[in-house]
Amino acid sequence: MAEEMRIVLRNYGKIDPLNIDEYIAAGGYKALEKAKGMNKIDLIEEVKKSNLRGRGGAGFNCGQKWFFAYQTNADQKYVVCNADEGEPGTYKDRLIMQGDPQSVLEGMAVCGYAIGANKGFIYCRGEYPYVVDILNQAIDQAKAKGVLGDFDIEVRMGAGAYVCGEETALIESIEGHRGEPRFKPPFPGVEGLWGKPTIINNVETFANIPVIVDKGGDWYAAIGAPSYPGTKVLTLTGDVNNKTFFEVPTSTTIREVVYGLGGGVAGGKKFKAVQIGGTSGGFIPESLLDTAISFDAMSAIGATLGSGAVFVMDESRDMVDVVSKITKFFEHESCGKCAPCREGTARMNELVGKIKGGKGSAADIALLKKLGGVMSIACLCGLGQAAPAPVLTTIGHFAADYEDKLV
Amino acid sequence: MINVTIDGIKTSVPEGSTILKAAESIGVKIPTLCNHPDQAVKGNCRVCVCEVEGSRLLSAACVMPVWEGMVVKTRTPKVVEARKTILELILSNHPQDCLNCIRNQNCELQTLAEEYFIRDNPFSQKTRGMAKDYSTPAIFRDPDKCILCRRCVEACSVIQSVNALGLDQRGHHAMVVPTMGWDLIDSPCVMCGQCIHACPVGAIGEVEEIDKLLAAIADPDTVVVTQIAPAVRVAIGEEVGLATGDMPMDVFAAGLRQIGFDYVLHTNFTADLTILEEGNELLKRLKEGGTLPMFTSCSPGWINFCETFYPDLLDNLSTCKSPQQMFGALAKTYWAEKSNIDPAKIYSVSIMPCTAKKYECSRPEMNDSGFRDVDLVLTTREIGRLFRMSGIDFNKLAGSHFDSWMGAYTGAAVIFGASGGVMEAALRTVYEVVTGQTLENVNFEVTRGIQGIKEAEVDLNGTVVKVAIANGLSNARQLMDEVRAGTSPYHFIEIMACPGGCIGGGGQPITKSNAKRVERINQIYVEDEACEIRKSHENPEVKAIYEEFLHEPLGHQSHHLLHTHYTAKNKKTL
Ligand SMILES: Cc1cc2nc3c(=O)[nH]c(=O)nc-3n(C[C@H](O)[C@H](O)[C@H](O)COP(=O)(O)O)c2cc1C
Ligand code: SF4
Ligand code: SF4
Ligand code: SF4
Ligand code: SF4
Repeated sequence: MAEEMRIVLRNYGKIDPLNIDEYIAAGGYKALEKAKGMNKIDLIEEVKKSNLRGRGGAGFNCGQKWFFAYQTNADQKYVVCNADEGEPGTYKDRLIMQGDPQSVLEGMAVCGYAIGANKGFIYCRGEYPYVVDILNQAIDQAKAKGVLGDFDIEVRMGAGAYVCGEETALIESIEGHRGEPRFKPPFPGVEGLWGKPTIINNVETFANIPVIVDKGGDWYAAIGAPSYPGTKVLTLTGDVNNKTFFEVPTSTTIREVVYGLGGGVAGGKKFKAVQIGGTSGGFIPESLLDTAISFDAMSAIGATLGSGAVFVMDESRDMVDVVSKITKFFEHESCGKCAPCREGTARMNELVGKIKGGKGSAADIALLKKLGGVMSIACLCGLGQAAPAPVLTTIGHFAADYEDKLV
Repeated sequence: MINVTIDGIKTSVPEGSTILKAAESIGVKIPTLCNHPDQAVKGNCRVCVCEVEGSRLLSAACVMPVWEGMVVKTRTPKVVEARKTILELILSNHPQDCLNCIRNQNCELQTLAEEYFIRDNPFSQKTRGMAKDYSTPAIFRDPDKCILCRRCVEACSVIQSVNALGLDQRGHHAMVVPTMGWDLIDSPCVMCGQCIHACPVGAIGEVEEIDKLLAAIADPDTVVVTQIAPAVRVAIGEEVGLATGDMPMDVFAAGLRQIGFDYVLHTNFTADLTILEEGNELLKRLKEGGTLPMFTSCSPGWINFCETFYPDLLDNLSTCKSPQQMFGALAKTYWAEKSNIDPAKIYSVSIMPCTAKKYECSRPEMNDSGFRDVDLVLTTREIGRLFRMSGIDFNKLAGSHFDSWMGAYTGAAVIFGASGGVMEAALRTVYEVVTGQTLENVNFEVTRGIQGIKEAEVDLNGTVVKVAIANGLSNARQLMDEVRAGTSPYHFIEIMACPGGCIGGGGQPITKSNAKRVERINQIYVEDEACEIRKSHENPEVKAIYEEFLHEPLGHQSHHLLHTHYTAKNKKTL
């Protein structure tokens, strides 16, 4: 039976998030103090050793990323916390920031020390104005206490575009430009905000840092799946009994999440599919439910862990119907910079709509497959690359839903 | 150096090279659309994608730097399928309008569609249905044909610093629009036409007026007179299958007579005249403490720019009309009288490398002859179309003369076509006027070349005159900011709106790189060297017009016909 394990949500509901003294009393800011007593490279080694991988979706090794920015000489470096959280169905970053904002600030300050940056930004989702208030209060308190030292943090608000969660689009947005992704390389760690080395990590990633510094990389690396250790905060939505959030070790299987913690499919209906990782996540059928919710296990079945959103669908759901909402979403959210995504997301939506409306043919399904295949390898950024996954995985696992509608 | 293998060919290339550059160096051609040799890499069209061993994703060759041991494959089935699909996607949202298109047979998208043998596009045809913008007299936009490569945006903002074009909306609603989504005429656009050269397709072009010429030629009561600008000859050959510079001037004139022009004259004549007027204006300003530095005024794109962005510096502009407009005013007065032709019957056509000239000739103040001074401006490209339509074989055509009174010119006029040429021509004359000595070496090498800003000092009998030359409006802006700040050390500044000068003008054959501009510049100086007379004040017809009609530079007649004034544009700029 799966059990929760709270690392990033260690203080959630236990302390008053707007009282820094309670955070400190719970052991807060000890890790930052410890980190500052360490050699920077030893600190980065410790983070590397934990094998913590980014919780924003791309799963890049956190310590490794910090090392690139550490290595790059520059008069100014930046730390950016990605709190854009634009994935529908995802609210784990909000939980962390609302429940324990100081843990995020502390994680950012540790990173600042490690790479040699004295300036941080939190890029907060535009729809979270109340979270911005909390963050600003938390920053004020931390400054008043002097716990951050010379590390300064500023909150910036997004304007609601999904693509601005992509790290280089986020940088463009902070710089005041059109929120569009840049080509990588150069990676932000080398050339980021205003051309300076910049570490961008997700809220959940930063919230893990104090614990890792405190308890050591080895301790962390032993939790959950070895290749993607630690825990993951999941948010359950859809046709599931317990529509709530959980933090579980990454060795937990999808089945345990849905049937254990989630309490199974609501209303006694039969399970049909689960989509994990947000809008661009692949659809997973019953037969693959014993996959662990770790980055690599998910990749291996053509799905993603992404942000950790878990959307459960019962037998009454029509996959083409569900997918048509997703293709509409991507048509709307494509930034329009690169041709295959700009045109491809619109065509994908058109073709799915055609099939849904009973006017599609087998040729349209074949075209969707070709288009999806090309987009997933040729688009400029993760949005266009991931956008076809729901279409391709439903065509793969739930072909009948499509075929039933063909002319 | 970095060792890479591309399509099985091993090579080593400098660190930082892109896959595209590396492939080019070994003769492997990778298709591109948004890439431009003189612009920042954009990486947005994705047609240059290639396979890189070890990578799940395809790599855009234009932006991806090579690394040691990289193995690239540019022609695998996966690559071809991706490129074809991307082309199909772009084409499915593109008017199938090649036969009516201004860029038919000179279009990067059309070429790729041919190379990738696009036949049955599986995506349904759907265009945005946006209206064409014909609001300016010089440039039209056909936004439906735009493939969003953003090359025009960079040309307008980075090269010209005008910022008349930008992006609006997102996703498949994204589009390139003039400032605030207004019509182009309401934007700060200076009509330089550099966006036309930047555009890979037919989404921007010159407003074509060939039919007006054909109607004038068809009318037996109309006397069609033409002037040819200095920069046109070196480029017109490119339009009819000849090499740059390969069209002899007399053959060009013969071609124009074949089309039906009644009289073939030369803007070079008024270029020489400009030197006398403008040179004397400079000397007068220097002597009498007039506003300095004085700016040249022959580039109408630059005039628009000055009126839009530096209205406080209009007094610095030379009051001389451009050679085109001087010609227009004289054709219907002096020349009509000399040739015994009723000026009311003259239809004055100028052949220009420039789009902004189409606007200039329509300015309300350009009617000093008592008629509209210049009736029609055709670009080099439009004349190219006429030549092709007329089926003239320029290899077999015998040369013809230029008509009298306004057809003679010197090498000093020829070099007006290249950045620095006006300055050099002025120096050749001013030197002799001031010092009374003969200038033995007429070549002022420092004024030549395509670099954005050039400067020189000339000693005129003990007075050191400092001059500067800028081509491209972002370079002009640098000099103007100095003038505005009061820190400009110069007495005389030549500005050409277009990179490289008029040889790179917005009406020239579609110019895909600065390398082509340099080729044309070189040909300009070859032509100058070949001229017997190379100083404007030695032009016999210029001497004649002063003796018989104008009497003296800056005199009463000149003031009336050859000089003008400027007006602030009061446009909203970004
Ligand atoms: C379209 C798109 C949207 C994204 N949105 C987010 C987001 O809302 N939050 C986030 O942390 N990362 C998001 N990412 C991932 C970021 O680009 C980046 O990988 C991440 O912030 C790095 O942090 P991490 O290493 O801690 O995961 C998004 C990526 C793409 C392609
Ligand atoms: S993949 Fe889509 S969102 Fe990403 S750059 Fe291209 S158009 Fe923009
Ligand atoms: S822009 Fe090119 S592809 Fe499009 S209609 Fe014109 S010639 Fe054809
Ligand atoms: S004509 Fe010149 S100023 Fe006008 S939009 Fe094009 S590049 Fe910009
Ligand atoms: S108008 Fe031409 S140059 Fe400008 S973005 Fe469109 S296709 Fe590119």
